[in-house]
Amino acid sequence: MTTMTPVMSRLQGTPRRRRNEGVVRAILLGASALSIAISVGIVLSLIFEAVTFVASIELPQLFSDGWFPRRGMFSLPTVIAGTLIITIVAITVAAPVGLASAIFLSEYASPTVRKVVKPILEILAGIPSVVLGFFALTWISPNVVQAIFTDAKGFSLLAAGIGVGILTIPLVASISEDAMRAVPMALREASYGLGARRITTSLRVVFPAAISGIVAALILAVSRAIGETMVVAIAAGASGGSLFTLNPVGPGQTLTGAMASLATGSDNVTGDSSAFLSLYFLGFVLFVMTLGLNLIGDIFVRRTRQRY
Amino acid sequence: MSTAGAVAAGTVHVSLRRQRIDVAGYVFSAILLLSLLFSLALLTVLVADQLVRGVPVFAERGTGLLTSPLSSNPAKAGVIQGLIGSALLASIVALTAFPVGILTAVYIEEYAPAGRLTRFIDINIRNLAGVPSVVYGLLGLAVFVAVLSKVGQANGANVITGGLTLSVLILPLVIITSAEAIRAVPNAIREAGYGIGASRWQVVRKLVLPSATPGILTGTVLALSRALGETAPLILVGAVLGSFSAGRSLADLFTGAYSALPVIVYDWARKPQDEFRALTSAAIIVLLLVTVIANGFAILLRNRYDRRW
Repeated sequence: MTTMTPVMSRLQGTPRRRRNEGVVRAILLGASALSIAISVGIVLSLIFEAVTFVASIELPQLFSDGWFPRRGMFSLPTVIAGTLIITIVAITVAAPVGLASAIFLSEYASPTVRKVVKPILEILAGIPSVVLGFFALTWISPNVVQAIFTDAKGFSLLAAGIGVGILTIPLVASISEDAMRAVPMALREASYGLGARRITTSLRVVFPAAISGIVAALILAVSRAIGETMVVAIAAGASGGSLFTLNPVGPGQTLTGAMASLATGSDNVTGDSSAFLSLYFLGFVLFVMTLGLNLIGDIFVRRTRQRY
Repeated sequence: MSTAGAVAAGTVHVSLRRQRIDVAGYVFSAILLLSLLFSLALLTVLVADQLVRGVPVFAERGTGLLTSPLSSNPAKAGVIQGLIGSALLASIVALTAFPVGILTAVYIEEYAPAGRLTRFIDINIRNLAGVPSVVYGLLGLAVFVAVLSKVGQANGANVITGGLTLSVLILPLVIITSAEAIRAVPNAIREAGYGIGASRWQVVRKLVLPSATPGILTGTVLALSRALGETAPLILVGAVLGSFSAGRSLADLFTGAYSALPVIVYDWARKPQDEFRALTSAAIIVLLLVTVIANGFAILLRNRYDRRW
């Protein structure tokens, strides 16, 4: 850089200014690097302890009759089945309500109506999950689940699943609404120009055009439902462990519920016992499942962004 | 105009004006509206249910619930330790996650070269936002609790580890919302700054950040309210369930046992006695007030300063 013109060297700034800029850049890069360090921390802490756990037990223990960590029964099918039931119930609640809300907000509501009703979903999204867990146990369970299924228990996977579903409604609604609003006006105008009604335009033009975003919304909702902890810990009622079950109206255990029980209450364990290490194993399984779903969801989200 | 043309034009005119009632359309829009109102109904029932059970507690004990410590006796139990704990946790989160998050957002939006590293950081942050909160509890347990107990802080299960865990949990949220706010600042403002000879940092600090402040503030308040409602990570990193004696000194506040409002709700929700059911609802009312006020403040802020460039 010896042949620099006077103008160029002045544009480069004084050495002090360049040094300051360098320091600022380094600080900012450091802050960003922290987020990578966090990911590495999560992965390492999970993998290391999960491997220790798997090494410390016999393989058949992972397929015993139920999840009773203090008795050395770490049945993976039990917690996976519970998680699946919760997820299916949650999506059955969240998908229709969330998608219908999204279509209304994006295609039907005037800007004024939108401004009034949208905060409903935002407030719902802000309700702490522990509150919904209590609501699922004390209101949904007696007034909905036990009213329909007379043989249902006070604690049930169904009540917890409905609670989780309510929590994921705002997520489904907001992502799919964004996707529908991103559909260009020209498509709607073309449809109206052909004489289509609003219902036809919404369902046959906008909905298919926004399908990537809608799929993404549902995938992310599944991921959220799998990872939801407090509702299950309170309302599914398996803090003492659980036998393998596919019965949604009875109590059951999930990946996250088992983690909460291990950290508190009757399954509370500490130290280096395999029951304590199973916490990390569950965390690892949960992390892998949600990460996979999130990555797939992300691909769909990006596809909507690129389409038009 | 020929007769055939006139007839055709007439038909078109009639069909355009025909007021056929679109039954399916009305039913459909009614269903859509109902599903939105379903969420409203749920909210109403949820709040009403807590009020019915919880208000008598306040009527009977006044502010006793807010000022008494935890206890296994439902007639005496209160949430003061939870209030203090939640306030401390929120302060720690605000002091750590906010600066780091905003600086990261500035780097990503204003400094980062478009390259593989930047894309990796970006994808990484979005995936971190999707990691279940309970997994952050495990991270806190494996890293913060372990490290703090090594440097001699009893068992490491104190409000500092809890606060740092929540901090890490909401960091992606702070970054994403701040980055969006910064991205919304039009380039013309930056170019004006460079045009009069400002350095990049001067442009960021004097022009971009002030313009993006309302958006950043909204995002950080929402993130804080999320942190205030989180329970799962806290019970993993050792927030106390049940009762404990309050610390006497200021240092005890930071190094001793702690609890938080949502943790108390969880603990009481598990107790079978009816008295605790009522107490749980009363505590939920307090928790909802705190988070709803924070959320409402954020929404108000956004509507007030929602600038279209």
